[in-house]
Amino acid sequence: MPFLVIRAYGTPSEASVTIMFYRVPLSACIGLVITALFLIAAIFAPWLAPYGLTEIVGGVWEPMSSQFLLGTDNLGRDLLSRMIYGARTTIFIAAMATALSFTLGSVLGLLAAVVGGWFDQLLSRFVDLLMSIPTLIFALVVLSVLPGNLITLILVMGILDATRVYRLARSVAVDINVMDFVEAAKLRGEGRWWIVFREILPNALSPLVAELGLRFIFQVLFLSALSFLGLGIQPPEADWGGMVKENKDGIIFGIPAALIPAAAISILAISVNLIADWILNRTTDLKGGRSGN
Amino acid sequence: MATEQTLLQVRDLQIGATVYPPDAKPHDIEIVKGVSFDLAKGRVLGLIGESGAGKSTIGLASLAYGRGGVRITGGEIFLRGQDILNINKKDIRSIRGSKVCYVAQSAAAAFNPAHRLMDQVIEAARENGTASKADLTGRAITLFESLGLPDPQHIGNRYPHQVSGGQLQRIMTAMALCSEPDLIVFDEPTTALDVTTQIDVLAAIRNAIKQTGVAALYISHDLAVVAQIADEMMVLRNGEVVEHGDTRQIIEAPVQEYTRALVNVRAIDHPQAADTHTSLLNVSNITASYPGSAETVLSDVSVQLQPGHTLAVVGESGSGKSTLARVITGLLAPSNGTVEFDGRQLSASLDGRSRDDLRQLQMIYQMADVAMNPRQTVKTIIGRPLSFYFGLRGKEKATRIHELLESIELGPEYADRYPAELSGGQKQRVCIARALAAKPKLIICDEVTSALDPLIADGILKLLLNLQQREQVAYLFVTHDIATVKAIADSIAVMYQGQVVRYGPKSRVLSPPFDDYTDLLLSSVPEMDVGWLDNAIAGRRMESAGH
Repeated sequence: MPFLVIRAYGTPSEASVTIMFYRVPLSACIGLVITALFLIAAIFAPWLAPYGLTEIVGGVWEPMSSQFLLGTDNLGRDLLSRMIYGARTTIFIAAMATALSFTLGSVLGLLAAVVGGWFDQLLSRFVDLLMSIPTLIFALVVLSVLPGNLITLILVMGILDATRVYRLARSVAVDINVMDFVEAAKLRGEGRWWIVFREILPNALSPLVAELGLRFIFQVLFLSALSFLGLGIQPPEADWGGMVKENKDGIIFGIPAALIPAAAISILAISVNLIADWILNRTTDLKGGRSGN
Repeated sequence: MATEQTLLQVRDLQIGATVYPPDAKPHDIEIVKGVSFDLAKGRVLGLIGESGAGKSTIGLASLAYGRGGVRITGGEIFLRGQDILNINKKDIRSIRGSKVCYVAQSAAAAFNPAHRLMDQVIEAARENGTASKADLTGRAITLFESLGLPDPQHIGNRYPHQVSGGQLQRIMTAMALCSEPDLIVFDEPTTALDVTTQIDVLAAIRNAIKQTGVAALYISHDLAVVAQIADEMMVLRNGEVVEHGDTRQIIEAPVQEYTRALVNVRAIDHPQAADTHTSLLNVSNITASYPGSAETVLSDVSVQLQPGHTLAVVGESGSGKSTLARVITGLLAPSNGTVEFDGRQLSASLDGRSRDDLRQLQMIYQMADVAMNPRQTVKTIIGRPLSFYFGLRGKEKATRIHELLESIELGPEYADRYPAELSGGQKQRVCIARALAAKPKLIICDEVTSALDPLIADGILKLLLNLQQREQVAYLFVTHDIATVKAIADSIAVMYQGQVVRYGPKSRVLSPPFDDYTDLLLSSVPEMDVGWLDNAIAGRRMESAGH
């Protein structure tokens, strides 16, 4: 298998850092490169975009040309510029929501596993309750009632997704919690926070990090779905889901403008998944990764 | 040298594998480095060695098999003159399970839980299609009978979980014998069993070998066990032959130093400490069961431990000895009874104990690899009790860590290693250092040497005894191994089904008259003596649970 050596050897104490980067398979390389391109586009949007976000620069649905690399949209705005600004909004909101869902989900999940008893029961049943309601319907109801701003959107997306992170974190932590080194820490008299953050979290990190990539992608898809339904980002701000919605009528006339943001969503999803797969493969067990291929 | 009678010839066998260390390039290692031997029909060869000696790998190679990733890189193996390393896959199938059979260490893991025992016992023989199902069933029943299994007519109708571990191991032997093979490879068949069960299985295997005249390779790390079964022995170390000879010669007059060390293992002499008439730990009338279970695991257990002494709690699996340790540490609250420590009564649950109570009572675990956080360095592992209990930091802490490393006979360079970078014995030493760091008055040792090779275990026991002398720490030693008990204890509590059946100073517990259970337990421990098994079976008063 082709591989790329990023960092080969380290002293024993560096070993655990080095493990993950020893060999990067081709699929993960592709994922890393494409994701990096998207991130660069998102971060440097104002400098990279040839035209302004809301600037009307040409006719409606003009085809691809040297002037408009991806053509124009339903109002005559440059599609490439809106794609680049859209990457910014989409990735920013998805990242914020993922960060929220991770912090909330993993802290509560680990705590539930360590504390156990009624605390675990209460949280777990509440999470079951949230998960039993279809996420999209639930978000639609909540978002149409609450004031429509960025914070609400991130909160709703983050909390709904935290349920899944909670389940993963709890199940991983339940396994680690019964290991002798955790028992040794309890016998030493360590407090709960030490046990959660020093004993359990470092060992639960691998599956959580791999899940991080997947959850981020679900957030991108969720945001796109919300925007497509008109509850996410409001025009004239650009985000990929919203852009699919704006340009969907062009499809009947054979105009591909709606397909470009849709393709961007799927390419980002696939490339982040490739990275997540690789991390999961390298670090599935507690002793620092599977031995070989 | 090969004669008519030679069944198995192994010539300069070399076996290698590729390892993938996490922080280095994959590279090839040699597991077996040029081993040769002959095995005649009806003879039993014992393969002895510590873990990593390559004994199981040689055993499996006699079936022309290598575990995942293992390659036979050189040498030849002939079975009845046929080169089995260079024949096609179809012919190999007709040899495995019919001419050569394998008995694995863990029968519980080797049987398919979804099928009845009889179907599995006769499966290999049926595959090779020499006899009808009825004939094979009859043969299996005869084998069950000769292996001393209860109800031989019907035991085959049971599922694996419906028989005991010792019975399962004997059924697996029956499975191997059912195909009437020329050679059976026994891979540590009694290692996972309790001593009192081991003796029955051992006797059954030996009788079966005698009756059928089958040749066998008997793999074990326990010299005393192999001495009961093997005609000749081969001592292996790091893939090389150390010594090969007649069983009697190896046991009674070993030539090589390594063999001598193996024979003399557990020859630690620890005089029983004098009675001080004070008590550090006073466990009175403890009755306990696990939450949500009606079964009483401990009933009315009382033991005492004097400062700086060692109390060994000995018993088979399920006797409640580990549960007693959990009650003393506070991990399990007893339903009745009290634990008094250093003159004060300890709270039944962990939450009610002061930090000082916790500090003075430390614990060392059986499996050192899971007793340490794999993501922490040795420095962090040993240093945490120092900062947690004594508030040490910076230079002071570093000095103390080095002192502790020195006391467990490891150099300061180990401070930055992760547990995965230590050997089994070193891991256990680090766990000892972590316990010592708290300056405890009592250390509970839960089967601390059970997972280690005999020579390494000896080193750990010697270290513990030295530390006891220096630090005046008391040990509560939970173990199933009588040899360990003899080596280190001052007083002994024998546990059986949740009760203490015999308790007192070592000299009294280990001298007659014995109660029936202690007699069974003591007589079941294999001794480095070729005739031990016959004498032990002849002199028994009580049937073991596995029978």
